[in-house]
Amino acid sequence: MKKLAHELIKGIAKENPTFGLILGLCPTLAVSTSLVNALGMGAAATFVLIGSNGIISSLRSFIPGRIRLPAFIVIIATFVTICELAMKAYFPALDRSLGIFVPLIVVNCIIMARAEAYASKHPVMPSLFDGLGMGIGFTLGLSTIALLRELFGAGSIAGFKLPVTFEPVTVMILAPGALLTLGLLIAGTNIIRKGKGMQPLKKKGCC
Amino acid sequence: MENRLIVSAGPHLHKNESVRRIMWLVVASLIPSGIAGVFIFGRGALWIILYAVIAAVATEALLQKLTGKRIAVLDGSAFLTGLLLAYNLPPGVPFWIPLAGSFFSIAIGKQVFGGLGQNIFNPALVGRAFLMASWPKYMTAFPAPLGFDAITSATPLTALKEGKLLGYVTRWDLFWGIHGGCIGEVCIFALLLGALFLLIRGYISWHIPFTYIATVGIFTYICGPKGLLTGDWLFHILSGGLVLGAFFMATDYVTSPLTRKGQVIFGVGCGLLTAIIRLWGGYPEGVSYAILMMNAATPLIDRFTKNRIYGAL
Repeated sequence: MKKLAHELIKGIAKENPTFGLILGLCPTLAVSTSLVNALGMGAAATFVLIGSNGIISSLRSFIPGRIRLPAFIVIIATFVTICELAMKAYFPALDRSLGIFVPLIVVNCIIMARAEAYASKHPVMPSLFDGLGMGIGFTLGLSTIALLRELFGAGSIAGFKLPVTFEPVTVMILAPGALLTLGLLIAGTNIIRKGKGMQPLKKKGCC
Repeated sequence: MENRLIVSAGPHLHKNESVRRIMWLVVASLIPSGIAGVFIFGRGALWIILYAVIAAVATEALLQKLTGKRIAVLDGSAFLTGLLLAYNLPPGVPFWIPLAGSFFSIAIGKQVFGGLGQNIFNPALVGRAFLMASWPKYMTAFPAPLGFDAITSATPLTALKEGKLLGYVTRWDLFWGIHGGCIGEVCIFALLLGALFLLIRGYISWHIPFTYIATVGIFTYICGPKGLLTGDWLFHILSGGLVLGAFFMATDYVTSPLTRKGQVIFGVGCGLLTAIIRLWGGYPEGVSYAILMMNAATPLIDRFTKNRIYGAL
């Protein structure tokens, strides 16, 4: 039980996909324009992560090593398709604003990385918790960026206008705002890591 | 050991110069244009300049204190950034525009990279680009010159872009600065006074400004509105921020190439980009974006134009 809790927590804190591993930057930068978008994207990615981690882990001795990546992609794509169709049916507005980034979850490197680095080497239960933890961590990272961008760029939180009025800093909801926010938050993360005596984050990461 | 210094080929001379002295001399050379701007647009322009300068210096001091660095605001670099940013603002912006712009210039444009000498992009132009993307409403409203406070007028370049003729703006109006525009860019005469001082004293070389302005002139002449070789090149040289940008911002020591050959490439690149943005781009004016783009190319230009070490094969 303690081990499962550890698998859950590590994705949220120490190995947070956005601020710890710097993975999955493409959706992070693209859909973090509003908190609602970020939560929708996070929920979709979490669902796919749990599903693909569970199936891949249960098939790990069955999938031949040499063709494991195509096999992972087929499994991941299955869950992405389920998620996409469900979203189109029940949340059409969210689906429209997320657009191409829902199908692109197939090639989101957090999901591939967890399949390759974790689920294909561990039993089913820890893999499910790893997927859940990473999903929550991704959602939190994405939401933090989206909260700041929406707050400064549109003067609202989750679509609700703030009582104080100011001229919104439009650049924050444009593409440069995503890079600025992410960069400053990673700098902040490094200050915290330094305070705890940990290695600062190095240049790495992928889309 | 990693060689992190780029030194041009010897011999090296020692001169009684310092960063501090050069920065304040550049500030001094910009003063005539500021006086002209305040004269043309009224006292509001003076307040914008003051707000921008004070905010830039205060941000620099605050960030240097917070990061535990030596507080070096007296070197004049933050003052110069604030001044250049103010010169790039329309005279009618609300007071918080220069404050926000100067803060962004210094914090994101300069200190994030490690301070003076480390920044990739010209900080004042980073601030301007930020303001332009964030509050375009204020950044494109130009009050008319000489006291018609309530009236906003198009800049000559905006009028050109919208296909309107600006019959009442003559070449001399453009030269003396009697037209809508940013505070420090309008009076070409005052800018040339300052630029001449810097050129004669050798603080800037002619390579970047002259190639820049010549490229814009030649390109706009060739690609004229009525076919080849019909362009109004003098209008393009005298209007917008070209003279300010070419002499005072493209020549920034930190963000422009080191070698003469590199500076010529830089100037021609800036000129081409400016002309392309003006003629076919979405904005009426392209000087600031052209310089920012060539700033990004500067490390590459420096690498390709490195002087050969004397005696090496």
